[in-house]
Amino acid sequence: MSENVLAPLAGKIIKVNIEKGTKIEEDDEIFIIEAMKMETPVFAPCDGIIKDVKSRKGDEVEEDDLLAIIE
Amino acid sequence: MTDFLIAFKTIGFFHLTPGMIFMWFIALILIYLAVAKEYEPLLLLPIGFGILIANLPLTGLMEPEQGLLWRFYHYGIHWEIIPPLIFLGLGALTDFGPLLANPRLIFLGAGAQIGVYITFFTAYKIMGFELTEAATIGIIGGADGPTTIFLASKMAPQLLGACAVAAYSYMAMVPIIQPPIMRALTTQAERKIKMKKVRKVNKLEKLFFPIVSVILIILLIPASAPLISMFMLGNLFREAKVVERLSHTAQNELINIVTIFLGLPIGATMNADSFLKPKVIFIFILGLFAFMISTASGILLAKFMNLFSKRKINPLLGAAGVSAVPMAARVVHKVGTQADKKNYLLMYAMGPNVAGVIGTVIAAGIFVTCLT
Repeated sequence: MSENVLAPLAGKIIKVNIEKGTKIEEDDEIFIIEAMKMETPVFAPCDGIIKDVKSRKGDEVEEDDLLAIIE
Repeated sequence: MTDFLIAFKTIGFFHLTPGMIFMWFIALILIYLAVAKEYEPLLLLPIGFGILIANLPLTGLMEPEQGLLWRFYHYGIHWEIIPPLIFLGLGALTDFGPLLANPRLIFLGAGAQIGVYITFFTAYKIMGFELTEAATIGIIGGADGPTTIFLASKMAPQLLGACAVAAYSYMAMVPIIQPPIMRALTTQAERKIKMKKVRKVNKLEKLFFPIVSVILIILLIPASAPLISMFMLGNLFREAKVVERLSHTAQNELINIVTIFLGLPIGATMNADSFLKPKVIFIFILGLFAFMISTASGILLAKFMNLFSKRKINPLLGAAGVSAVPMAARVVHKVGTQADKKNYLLMYAMGPNVAGVIGTVIAAGIFVTCLT
């Protein structure tokens, strides 16, 4: 079972707190997106291990873009 | 001896009045708020400095036909050049995507204008201001600086300084003024409502939006033309994607330059004689009242819309109808995340937020049409 982490809003990724293999718990702050000069954290939707990180620091993302996959 | 006396009299010191010194304090407070608290520093700093130098004696800076600051005021503001140029930049800065994705949120931008009209009637009927003055005070509730200045210069230039300072100070205080009202009028469950992405907006829609809306709005309210036409031109620069240089200049260099020439003469209109009147205190009270009513009416309209719609709107979004772009949208987002940290309202709030700008311009246009 894997779960996708989608961007909750459009903006620029300014911080990535995870890499492939990181063990995470639900509600961990895994990314920070900046939009309208405001920093917004993206929280992990569930417990698990990061299978793949799809976006990097500095990327511009749209709402619902795939950011990472949790296993 | 007499020569000595004449020379003595040209020294400014002997012409100082207590009112001038009092105005220095107001100037210093604004400069302090700009520097230490970063309250709208781009405007409050030049406004504060303008107040200071306008209250130094014998300078002649505001002397009609001669003074430097009088010229800035006359050709920039009285001739209605600077506020539309600011709007050109704001248009280039504005992304109408969130509004187009969720068009029903445009009503929230209109709902927040209720505060403008309630304040207008209060100022006119209850406080005894003249119609034109009441309109200028009411428009403070739209939370849009250039529109307030535009309307004031047309209808009540004697109140321009006070109204501009009230508008910009309250805009800076949006994060303090709005949240208590937002929490009082919504339940925890309402604040937790998550908005769902409606649809993707394509490039063609964004390109046509400024063209179609400029035609519609100007046909409806011709008096809004100076502001709305420049706003939509700026937005067309942005969305056309072929005049990157013009778009960039409008939203950076040009807006910066005209901001300097806007703030300084506004401050300079506030000399002790015209500013130190009981009227000015009422302007500040009514301005705050307008902000609060606008916030509340936006929220209540969202709740009203929820009575009829299946897809519920988070009523906090109504508070973003008060323009103050993007501050009001950020406040909505923050109050939303306090209820549920995974509630991302920011981009949805930008919809009513930019609609609020257009709403305020239309409200100002209606005042100009009806009262002049």
